[in-house]
Amino acid sequence: MSLLVAEGVTKKFAGITALDSVSLDVGEHELVGLIGPNGAGKTTFFNCLLGLLRPDAGTVTFAGSDLTRVPVHRRARLGIGRTFQRIELFVGMTPREHFVVAARARAGRGGLVADLLGRGRVTREEHDRAQEMLELLGLGPVADKKVEGLSLGIGRLVEVGRALMTEPRLLLLDEPSSGLDRAETAVLAETLRSVQRERGTAILLVEHDVDLVRSLVGRVFVLDFGVLIASGRTEDVFADAAVRRAYLGDLV
Amino acid sequence: MEELVSAVIRGFPQGCVYALVAVGFVLTYKTSGVFNLAFGAQAFVSAALYWRLHTDPEGWQWPIVPAAFVSVVIAAPLLGFVLDRALYRHLRTASPVAKLVTSLGLLVALPEIAKIVLDMPPQAYGTEGIVPDGRVVYRFGDYALNRDDIVTIVVVILAVAVLSALFRFTALGLRMRAVVESPRMTELAGVNADRVGSISWMLSSFFAGVAGVLLAPLFPYLGADQYFQLVVTAVAAAVLAGLSSLPVALVGGLALSVVSQVMVTYPPQDSFVRQVLGPALPFVVLFGVLVFMPSLQRRREATDPLAGVDPPPPALAADERSRALTIGTYVFGAVVGLGFFWWVLTVANSYWLARFTEAVIYAVIFCSITVITGMTGQVSLCQPAFAAIGAFTTAQLVTRYDMSVLAAMVIGALLAALTGGLLSIPALRLGGIFLALATLAFALFFERVLVKEEWVGGGASLMDVPRPTIGPWDFGDDRAFFVLCTVVLVVVGTLVIFVRGGTTGRYLDALRGSEVAAAAIGINPARLRITAFALSAAIAGVGGGLIAMFSERFGQANYDARFSVFFGLVWTVIVVSIGSRTVEGAIQAGAAFILFPLVILQRFLPWLLNLVLPWHVESLPTGLTFILFGLGAITYAKHPEGSVEFGKRRSLNAVQRWIDRLGRGSVDTPPDTVEPAVSLPTGSER
Repeated sequence: MSLLVAEGVTKKFAGITALDSVSLDVGEHELVGLIGPNGAGKTTFFNCLLGLLRPDAGTVTFAGSDLTRVPVHRRARLGIGRTFQRIELFVGMTPREHFVVAARARAGRGGLVADLLGRGRVTREEHDRAQEMLELLGLGPVADKKVEGLSLGIGRLVEVGRALMTEPRLLLLDEPSSGLDRAETAVLAETLRSVQRERGTAILLVEHDVDLVRSLVGRVFVLDFGVLIASGRTEDVFADAAVRRAYLGDLV
Repeated sequence: MEELVSAVIRGFPQGCVYALVAVGFVLTYKTSGVFNLAFGAQAFVSAALYWRLHTDPEGWQWPIVPAAFVSVVIAAPLLGFVLDRALYRHLRTASPVAKLVTSLGLLVALPEIAKIVLDMPPQAYGTEGIVPDGRVVYRFGDYALNRDDIVTIVVVILAVAVLSALFRFTALGLRMRAVVESPRMTELAGVNADRVGSISWMLSSFFAGVAGVLLAPLFPYLGADQYFQLVVTAVAAAVLAGLSSLPVALVGGLALSVVSQVMVTYPPQDSFVRQVLGPALPFVVLFGVLVFMPSLQRRREATDPLAGVDPPPPALAADERSRALTIGTYVFGAVVGLGFFWWVLTVANSYWLARFTEAVIYAVIFCSITVITGMTGQVSLCQPAFAAIGAFTTAQLVTRYDMSVLAAMVIGALLAALTGGLLSIPALRLGGIFLALATLAFALFFERVLVKEEWVGGGASLMDVPRPTIGPWDFGDDRAFFVLCTVVLVVVGTLVIFVRGGTTGRYLDALRGSEVAAAAIGINPARLRITAFALSAAIAGVGGGLIAMFSERFGQANYDARFSVFFGLVWTVIVVSIGSRTVEGAIQAGAAFILFPLVILQRFLPWLLNLVLPWHVESLPTGLTFILFGLGAITYAKHPEGSVEFGKRRSLNAVQRWIDRLGRGSVDTPPDTVEPAVSLPTGSER
């Protein structure tokens, strides 16, 4: 059974149809790509999946339950992690602190009462899990530096790590390669591959870097002007004439 | 019907006054992006200068024209110019909250500076406006307007027309707006943002000067507090105008006054509308507009696209300090603390005992600001109202139901927490300055309406509040009560430290960093904010309860001296300037609030000055406290940890280097700083 199923998602902004009945599914442990040129509606779709926008029509189900009315933070608890296109880190905190907070949020335990009793401090287990994640992502050398001073590539890894600390069943990545150079993108791709292999996390990659998508995912969906124009195995889709036209225009 | 018409007409001149201030307020916000609560302070400066030059019977008695020229046309823009050069120029890309705190600092410091420089008496009477024979009354049928009213009406309409034209039709107006949106973008487009900024500040300060001098005759005496009261009322009209439309600010000011006037004349004598809603109208409107017009902040709090270009702030000195020195600092602090504790308990006379007890109680209250400002990064201006809820509840429960005073205090704290929680629910979507404004609206509502109710303030007579007894211990004795207050402080301080290091504190840090990202890992921002607000209110409530016990007799009459709205600003300013991030800062702020004027200004500094200066100095003006802490708060944008905290850390750092040098006998190496290739955009600053 599919982990995430979006069916007929439609979103209109003041008469413009940003998404026209888009359907997509991601299976358990699967790496799926969603591509499309700028303005195709990728981010709008992404926001509909996450609850930041409410679709005008259509449904989103996750692990069999309807997500339509679930607030943003609750979706994270259900097992959906995400990263941001325009990086969103907790300013003033170190990567280690990012991971500890995320581990705490995952556990969902703790609150004011526990804090007042002096039981809110970082536990051994949280510390170890954060350390594990730092090592997995190779962030050891910068673990205790504030994120404001880190480069964009490392910041992106911190975002991935933060999302993974919540032990998601599905990781949604919003254009993770934007702003990264070739080397950084390669590191990111390698990391994602090993995460998927070792943890079995399903990943939905929203991207416009075609090379990254090609090298990572097995199945891909293509959006153009809010309409799903192709979907299927990666090789097949990239061979498709319509996709090539949408991406490369008249050059081909 | 006739009654209605007459109420409308009576509300009109007052409405023009509100409108004038509201227009000035919107003007400042539009041209500088600063929510300038110090507008009234700027107005006061010009009015005070004018009073000194013209009105003061023992003063220089200049004729109206040169006096007005100097105080309005020269002094006011000059003040604006200085403020821009010294302050706001460096804050252009700072967060709205940092700018708000800066204006709070100015609000507290500016009038005191003016009073000292101009040698003003505590209350300058015989205020006279800029209009010759302003009190001369003209009659129009049954209705009367004096010359001051007429000039105010003309000025406000003229100002709206001229300023609207400036923004709509001139390049300068366009540039002013652009600089507010994104100073760096504007500079990239080839506009000198600094010069435009200076002109903006001179213009709005000039307007403040006009308002100050024009409105002076309205007040029984000339005081900064009078202007402050006027400004906070006019804020409602300014917010009604979305902080951007001058004509709407004008209409809003008029409407507020007229509707308010109708409400207090038309309905029956003891109706709810007449008794409560009428006087409270501006604050109810302010709160309502903030809560129900979400477009207001979405439009305004868009971040500067180029703000992320700023280099990251330097690491705190404490992070670089060695462990030994940190422990040494704590030991030193503990020794000094215990030394004072011992001195107060054994040596101090009853006067100093009382002052130290007060300082401890205020330290408890200021811990609530550590939670709300230090931990959540929000500015709340209604902490005194929460403290007052604690105090009044304690007093009422003890008097009416003969309850144990400690139990009453706890209930008072819970009630304050409940109020804080409920207040924060509608205000949840608001961030930054709009939340601060909503809390200001509540504080004003509390002050103007609730305190006067008998079930809150207890009516005209004071209520007896006994000192508590717990089992065999009786805290009736002043020294015993001091010990009790200290115990409460230790407990509250420890709890705050627990919360900061625990789940709540970490989540709040995350929320400050980026709200969307916090929600994306499963943190519920709404619940977290309500929790923080309720906790903060509860702490203030506990402090309020202690104040009631300390006073022994408490009631409505004590309100002004302890919990008035103005204190909300002063408390925030003091805590922020000393250090809002740490409990240590709250304790020092409590000590500073009570003891600084008594110890430093009246004893230590005069003694020091007398050693150096040839003439004798008796004592220094108490206003210096406000000036120093006000100026301290101004540095909030640069050192959000507090300027005193900053200085403290820096001197400790110097000691550290000195120790290193002694140890190694070599010149210290600079810490390896890595300059990031690309600095991250800093998320949504809220």
